[in-house]
Amino acid sequence: MSPERRSRRIVIPWSDVLITIASIVLAFVVGALLMIFSDTEVRSKFAYFFARPSDALIASWDKVSNAYGALIMGAIGGYGAITETTAQAAPLICAGLGVGLAFRAGLFNIGAQGQAILGTIVAAYVGFTWHLPPGIHLLLAVLGGLLGGAAWGGIVGWLKAKTGAHEVIVTIMMNYIAAGLLAFLLTTPAFQRPGRTDPISPIVDWNATMPRLEGGQLHLGFVLALLAAVAVWWILDRSTTGFAIRAVGANPHAAATAGMSVGRTTVITMLLAGGLAGLAGVEAALGPSASGLPVPLSAGIVGSVGFDAITVALLGRSRPLGIVLAGLLFGALHAGGLAMQSVAQTPLTLTTVLQALIVLFVAAPALITKIIPFLKPRQTRALGPVPEGGLA
Amino acid sequence: MTPTSAPAAGTGLRLRGITKRFGDLVANNSIDLDITPGEIHCLLGENGAGKTTLMNVLYGLLQPDEGTISIDDVEHVHSNPKEAIAAGIGMVHQHFMLVDVFTVAENLILGREDGTAGLLNMGEARRTVQRLSERYGLDVDPDALIEDLPVGVQQRVEILKALANDAKYLILDEPTAVLTPQETDQLMAVMRSLRDEGKAIVFITHKLREVREIADKITVIRHGKVVGTAKQTDSEADLAELMVGRAVKLVVDKKPASPTAEPRLVMKGVSAASPNGTLAVQDLDLEVSGGEIVCIAGVQGNGQTEFAEALLGVTPVIKGSIHLDGKPLTGLSPRETIDAGLGFVPEDRQQHGCVGSFTVAENLILNHYDEHPYARGIALDLSRVRHNAAHRVNEFDIRTQSIESTVSSLSGGNQQKVVLARELSRPLVLLVASQPTRGLDVGAIEFVHKRLMEERDRGTAVVIVSTELDEVVALADRIAVMYRGRIVGIVPPDTSREVLGLMMAGIPTEEALASASMTTLAEEDAALEASLQEVPHES
Repeated sequence: MSPERRSRRIVIPWSDVLITIASIVLAFVVGALLMIFSDTEVRSKFAYFFARPSDALIASWDKVSNAYGALIMGAIGGYGAITETTAQAAPLICAGLGVGLAFRAGLFNIGAQGQAILGTIVAAYVGFTWHLPPGIHLLLAVLGGLLGGAAWGGIVGWLKAKTGAHEVIVTIMMNYIAAGLLAFLLTTPAFQRPGRTDPISPIVDWNATMPRLEGGQLHLGFVLALLAAVAVWWILDRSTTGFAIRAVGANPHAAATAGMSVGRTTVITMLLAGGLAGLAGVEAALGPSASGLPVPLSAGIVGSVGFDAITVALLGRSRPLGIVLAGLLFGALHAGGLAMQSVAQTPLTLTTVLQALIVLFVAAPALITKIIPFLKPRQTRALGPVPEGGLA
Repeated sequence: MTPTSAPAAGTGLRLRGITKRFGDLVANNSIDLDITPGEIHCLLGENGAGKTTLMNVLYGLLQPDEGTISIDDVEHVHSNPKEAIAAGIGMVHQHFMLVDVFTVAENLILGREDGTAGLLNMGEARRTVQRLSERYGLDVDPDALIEDLPVGVQQRVEILKALANDAKYLILDEPTAVLTPQETDQLMAVMRSLRDEGKAIVFITHKLREVREIADKITVIRHGKVVGTAKQTDSEADLAELMVGRAVKLVVDKKPASPTAEPRLVMKGVSAASPNGTLAVQDLDLEVSGGEIVCIAGVQGNGQTEFAEALLGVTPVIKGSIHLDGKPLTGLSPRETIDAGLGFVPEDRQQHGCVGSFTVAENLILNHYDEHPYARGIALDLSRVRHNAAHRVNEFDIRTQSIESTVSSLSGGNQQKVVLARELSRPLVLLVASQPTRGLDVGAIEFVHKRLMEERDRGTAVVIVSTELDEVVALADRIAVMYRGRIVGIVPPDTSREVLGLMMAGIPTEEALASASMTTLAEEDAALEASLQEVPHES
């Protein structure tokens, strides 16, 4: 009935790709309009637009091209910029994988934030408290962070499997608990840097810091993120566990009827998802900052990685390759946004707006096809020709 | 097809050249239909023939690609049901659209809460129910909660809803699927009184017996086209041939059963609860030997689903015991019962039988994906998975573009073949098949029945749950009738339809036999004729 599905695994979903590209372009267009109309100087030129339109247009063009130029230079203009992008992308990819994997099992994991925080706490604690030889120290810190995140996710899976508690509610609550836990721990002697009264931890040992390539920010975290993506792909497409995850996600009734344990699959999925989000936290705790040393543990150390991860997973269609690309895009926006702020005096928050707009457009493909009608025929052809149960 | 009689003014409802396509598939191909007030018009056709599509077009749920609808010579375009309702068209769907926790009167004003100043005019609604009930002989209590009412009465509420909207043209989509034979009789009485009041009734069905009993006019649809009209007096065999397009084999090839002496499945005092906590199966005893088919007959919703699911282990058994070949099955997980030799064909293949977005190959290993030979450790052996799929697709004649096509792209019959191929491809002790031919075309039904028979002859204990009496009678070596979670009685397959009908309404075997034997000879003749001309197994 649909010949284009003959070899499903190899076929690239062109309509998805086109929609995504169109969404990105549209988001930048809307972003440009925002910049133009929020800048008082440019706006003042629009006041006499009909007398001398060139003034307003030139000012607009300068504004937009400066800002986006800085954004692009900051993201991919040279080795340093590119490695900054990879450094920003790594935690987004890991946490995005955590959200995406859960999506595939039909679970909406809002808790990547909390899971990342737990990963950060454990990784940093191991990093600054224990003093071990090179290699082993880093390995243990990474593993500890993975386990911390996995435990935080596993609790959610276990609660859902045993009591039917809804994972959205539980993960949101677990986020609060994780944030509160971190804030509390930073006031305890075990975590607080000696001699300091503000909530900040000691600096992680050099032996537990992720190694980076000289001259840039490309560090082990990005390699780990790519490995994690490959691992998730293998688990989902090539392993029996992934088969069960996908079956439970696509049709839990049929999965249960076929003898799969939905509860067990839920717990396994949340353990894996938590571990992946935990890895994002590990990178925040052990990844080198511009100075070469990791950022010490503080209340805001993971930023909003767990929430950005949801948009990454949505944009990446919950597929590992898609998530890597989406993570790189958002990483580039983060990296470029910093440059844009300093060079073009455009607030960093614009990148947040761009991110949100991209996902908004992706989430509403009908909107896109309305704005850009030529995408439409491809879209409908890609869908199955006959709606299920259309006859009877 | 000109209107034969026109008691009311105008020319009634006319469909001209209605064509509806879904992609490459033509669901309705230039259909002409005249519906006249004061007539019961039967729309006869197999599942998938396009009857429901046509009615959905009429009711505004679908837009036709070509063709016109006119009412009393005025052309109408119904872009949504609201417009169709305003034009006097009412529809009673197969699945009721009622709010369970509301009363009858509340359901009646649902969607037209037009009281003044935001207040509901419940008194008016209640009076409407009473007025319509009396007028058409539809006995319904306006203050009863829907969830407390039997299915037959809920259906009446649906009809009342349509009547309250002043429907002149009433579409009943497979209304008898959920009724006992006796409830069906009551529905027919209601249909007659509505007709006598000048309403036009479109009665969609594939049950030939009902058609012959009540139709004023019969239109047969096959593959989206009107293939002819028939008279009430035409024999069922003629109707079946018109409907299917070839002479229908009237009986299943059935060798005499040779059941094992020892029963393979033994259920003792089994009780199981439905998801909402009510006791769906109560103190059920059943023994099934190897090499026989026991059919569980009964009206939908009498615990058959929970019965089957309790065997699989999805629904927990709260009381009693189940043994398979002497080994306890009670309390095992589905995985364990499957490993113990249970083959399970669920009632709803799209919900429970397969994962629609998975490929044919993946669905064929759905319940042994992590076992030899498909798994090595936790890695799937994709070449073995593909090899198995190619083999099964061939063996079961599954019509699919490729083994990598998603199951949701297959037709219902081929989806069912995927489920059967999976379940029958390993040695079984017990096969439980629920509604195995629901929604399938005749060719697929013959195939499924043949495979079920083969499985029986291999020595497997076979339990078939079916609400289609015709299928039950055709397949069963013994018939167990289920009512409100209990087995009312177990009778041989040559038991008369009337006795089975009484038992399906909960009358114990002896009483049913006694009261059936009091009926007149004429009816026995009819029953005899019917059993001779039966189309044994349509869904």
